[in-house]
Amino acid sequence: MDFAIETKDLGRVFKPPRKLLKKKRNPNGEPGSGEGPVTALDRVTTQIRRGELFGLLGPNGAGKTTLIKILCTLLLPTTGQAWVAGHDISKDPFPIRERINMVSGGETSGYGLLTTRENIWMFSQFYGVPSKVAKARIDELFKTFGLWDKRDAKVRTLSSGQRQKMNMVRGFVTDPEILFLDEPTLGLDVNASRVIREYVKDWVKKRSDKTVLLTTHYMMEADEMCDRIAIIDHGRILACDTPENLRRGIRKDTTFRLEVDSLKSTSMFTGMTGVKNFSVKNDISKNTTSLTFILEDESPVSDILSAIQAQGSKIHYLQKSEPTLEDVFIRMVGRNLE
Amino acid sequence: MSAPTATSRIPHRLKLNLQAIVGRAYPRIVGANREPSWIFFEAILPLLGIAAYVFIYKALSARVIEVIMTATPSAPFGMCGQLPCVDAAQQELYRTTALANSNALVASVVLGGTMVAFWLNVLWSMASQLYWEKEIGNLQLYMMAPMSRMALLGGMAIGGMFMTSVRAITTLVVGVVVFSVVLQVSNPLLLIGVFFVTLIALYGMGMMLASLYLLWGREAFNLSALLEEPIFFSSGFYFPVGGFAKFGTIGGAMLAFATAIPATLGLDAMRQIIVPGGPVLPIPIPWSQTAYLTPDLEFGILIVLAVLFLFLARQTLAYLEKLARREGRLTSRHQ
Repeated sequence: MDFAIETKDLGRVFKPPRKLLKKKRNPNGEPGSGEGPVTALDRVTTQIRRGELFGLLGPNGAGKTTLIKILCTLLLPTTGQAWVAGHDISKDPFPIRERINMVSGGETSGYGLLTTRENIWMFSQFYGVPSKVAKARIDELFKTFGLWDKRDAKVRTLSSGQRQKMNMVRGFVTDPEILFLDEPTLGLDVNASRVIREYVKDWVKKRSDKTVLLTTHYMMEADEMCDRIAIIDHGRILACDTPENLRRGIRKDTTFRLEVDSLKSTSMFTGMTGVKNFSVKNDISKNTTSLTFILEDESPVSDILSAIQAQGSKIHYLQKSEPTLEDVFIRMVGRNLE
Repeated sequence: MSAPTATSRIPHRLKLNLQAIVGRAYPRIVGANREPSWIFFEAILPLLGIAAYVFIYKALSARVIEVIMTATPSAPFGMCGQLPCVDAAQQELYRTTALANSNALVASVVLGGTMVAFWLNVLWSMASQLYWEKEIGNLQLYMMAPMSRMALLGGMAIGGMFMTSVRAITTLVVGVVVFSVVLQVSNPLLLIGVFFVTLIALYGMGMMLASLYLLWGREAFNLSALLEEPIFFSSGFYFPVGGFAKFGTIGGAMLAFATAIPATLGLDAMRQIIVPGGPVLPIPIPWSQTAYLTPDLEFGILIVLAVLFLFLARQTLAYLEKLARREGRLTSRHQ
């Protein structure tokens, strides 16, 4: 099998700077709470096939960006190994760098006094793209991403959405074999997100040698775009499969959604017989709480309703539903992405 | 993008790095000159600093000439140094020499004031640049790109040299015209050689400092501010630096420190080449009573300094990248 990316027991521990450790030690010489080493990645083993659009789903601090940084040769792993395009990320970074690119959501690349075209051209030169080829690609990508009108505008005059589209152009202008997209649609409006999603999907579909590793907060985005998804939390990959197979995996479970008057406490659901996992989302403006339960079967529903009513809370709706990717996530991680 | 074969790797990398140099130099060459306000702030305004020294030197010279030209009963042809002038011819000779010295000092100041632009560019746009690139989020993208990191710094340096040369030449031309400076180039080839090697050594130093500043984090801008004035002084931007030799051990130590900064030797050599009537207080050779560093010798030392600083820049940059990959903090924004 031809893998674009392969990791084996990949681990990364961040140690706080010595200066900080000395300062924060408590009287018995131990590091203060929260100041010890942080395990960002814990024995991550995964294989991403060439031509695959692979998603990485996880809450903040799950280790997604650390994994991407290691694969982009920006960071060394503490343990384990990784290969990108067949090259070892620790020993042989140069050929990897020639074949990859990365775009992060909300990044601010380039210089404000350059025009958008000049800015992208500058980055293309760092990858050795011939100037003529780069200029032709830039024009084509600007048209695709709806930036044509802004081709001669200075970067500093762009809105954050336009800037993000420009960043996407920067990622594609080098025509990389493997593209890392770290929350690429973060903060974008619906239309801009749709344009980006469509383009990325098409790019991988039409060119079998292209691979994308995408991290996202948006379940719908991962579900719609990715061939396979890995769910990551606390630096560990908890599950990895196609969206359909992930959903199928919990289909034997029962998913219930409720909206009730704002609850004071939800601790009574923890450990309740038959409740595999649940998530809570409070809406302060509506003074309501939305609950999603993953249940072994329907028997705990009456206990759940009784617990809610015991708090004097009114039930607005109760719905049994087909499992979504979000439910898979809740089942695996024990909480919502947000 | 097709990957290069092993045999084509060297030309491929060379081409890539040349492209990267041009790419990184571009924002400085084109972008920085886009706003015409630079003519006022970076070419005309520095003339005020130069003017202050020019007026001081002219005032001192006028006082010397006044003493030479003032006839008294005991000195009917004025004073020639500590003694009365013997005749009108000696008086005229002293007056002409005083005027030539005044012109030499003014020329030194105009030249030094012009070179200030390069030192400021090295401090604020080279040494602090990687730290600034990190803060705006570009450094991570640069570190991920396949180009050599030296190509990145090289592009910054070439762009900086070009941009600053435009500003410096404007200041020089305006300074020469406004202060009626007479320049006389004795060896144009050596002058060009000294100028370029000085810039290479100076920007090599800036490239080395760029990595060090990044390691030292937020103190970078304070360090630049801290280095600015002492280097103006010790490198003799506004006066001939050989004058330090008159202050014994402290002056000698100051001179030894100053000669490690390429601007000092470069300025001294250029002053010797373009100031008519010979050097004004050049840098003396410590073990000799009469000899001083000639422009040829300074050119040679500058070549050594240029190679040394470029080598050190490469080493510190490689160390920085290794550390950044190991610790994961140095190149990432807000870390």
